[in-house]
Amino acid sequence: MCKECGCESGAGGAVAGVGEPRHPHGADPAHPPGPRQRADRADATLATLELNRPLLEKNDRLAERNRGFFKAKKLLVLNLVSAPGSGKTALIRETALRLRGRLRVGVIVGDLATDNDAARLRTAEIPVVQVTTGTVCHLDAEMVAQAASQLNLDALDVLFIENVGNLVCPADFDLGEDLRVVLLATPEGEDKPLKYPPLFHSAHVVLVTKSDLAAAVEFDRGQALANLKRISHHAEIFELSARTGDGMAAWLTFLEQARARS
Amino acid sequence: MHEVALMTEAVRLAVEAARAAGAQRVTALRLRVGALSGAAPEAMEFAWDVVRRGTLLADARLEIERVPAVGWCPSCRVEFDTTGCWSECPRCQEPAGELRRGRELEIASMELE
Ligand SMILES: Nc1nc2c(ncn2[C@@H]2O[C@H](COP(=O)(O)OP(=O)(O)OP(=O)(O)O)[C@@H](O)[C@H]2O)c(=O)[nH]1
Ligand SMILES: [Mg+2]
Ligand SMILES: [Zn+2]
Repeated sequence: MCKECGCESGAGGAVAGVGEPRHPHGADPAHPPGPRQRADRADATLATLELNRPLLEKNDRLAERNRGFFKAKKLLVLNLVSAPGSGKTALIRETALRLRGRLRVGVIVGDLATDNDAARLRTAEIPVVQVTTGTVCHLDAEMVAQAASQLNLDALDVLFIENVGNLVCPADFDLGEDLRVVLLATPEGEDKPLKYPPLFHSAHVVLVTKSDLAAAVEFDRGQALANLKRISHHAEIFELSARTGDGMAAWLTFLEQARARS
Repeated sequence: MHEVALMTEAVRLAVEAARAAGAQRVTALRLRVGALSGAAPEAMEFAWDVVRRGTLLADARLEIERVPAVGWCPSCRVEFDTTGCWSECPRCQEPAGELRRGRELEIASMELE
């Protein structure tokens, strides 16, 4: 049990277990007290009933459906979230190429506009579906279900979902993934986790990307790791570079092990 | 968003809770709707006229509390009004780290008889 948030997962900062749904830290929806009699009314039968009950946890329901569906297909599903340009597409491309012959990788990629990212992946012969979200600044479970139906999931072992570059809204939208992966690129600075605590807190995995640039941008690695240990305290942390391949081996091994468990 | 489906669910939940409380009828239903919830209060009101017919809520009045969106800047430790996910802190111009309010879509309370 985690003392900071009271959630069930995360003993010792490791990944809690593939396939386990992300724990919600929202308000407690289930506290229906009995009707409160209104003393100011002569009619004693009139009462106010406080409910404070979410109307339609529609996204959560759809996400659970996705999760069950993916599980039945024995797919390892990862939701990649970061600020714009932290290296999500580059990382997915490198990962898929290096896993070739070991695991079959497919991708759903969300962007506000254009399908440039999908095109970059397609040239590497990676199966990919582009979701163009228009004005919506995150993917939701329905978009993912829709996109997944356009992939031949039986021919895949791992599904990467590249979320829209945004560190706020994707925190609230479960997509039905096994693991939420948050990227922090070294040029973004070491205090990102402190500025976007909800998202970093929800991470199962944090990837410190563009490690090849760390020296040039004077990335304070110690401070970054300390911040991550504080905010992303359930997460497993990897430092890597998609450009040089540094640190990729440990990440690939992690994926293979996670997939074996899913 | 599908406001008819939302309101159908609201009435279903309200009937369930009213029955459990032993009420004869519901005289008012209060909803809380955030500016960024994706649901339009006008469309909800429109749907309301249809979905409550023939239920314990047939004569109930609908009250919608609109919740404005509020962002939070962890650096300045201030809350500020926002219109979307991309807004900036008015003090330091950094993008908001968190949305504090504005996503609500819930039954707040109801009046029973
Ligand atoms: N030096 C270096 N550059 C990288 C690395 N990974 C990605 N980049 C560069 O960073 C830029 C953004 O990378 P993308 O992979 O497009 O980032 P993204 O997160 O997918 O971006 P959006 O989809 O727009 O949010 C590109 O110019 C990449 O070439 C890395 O490991 N090292
Ligand atoms: Mg991209
Ligand atoms: Zn600020």
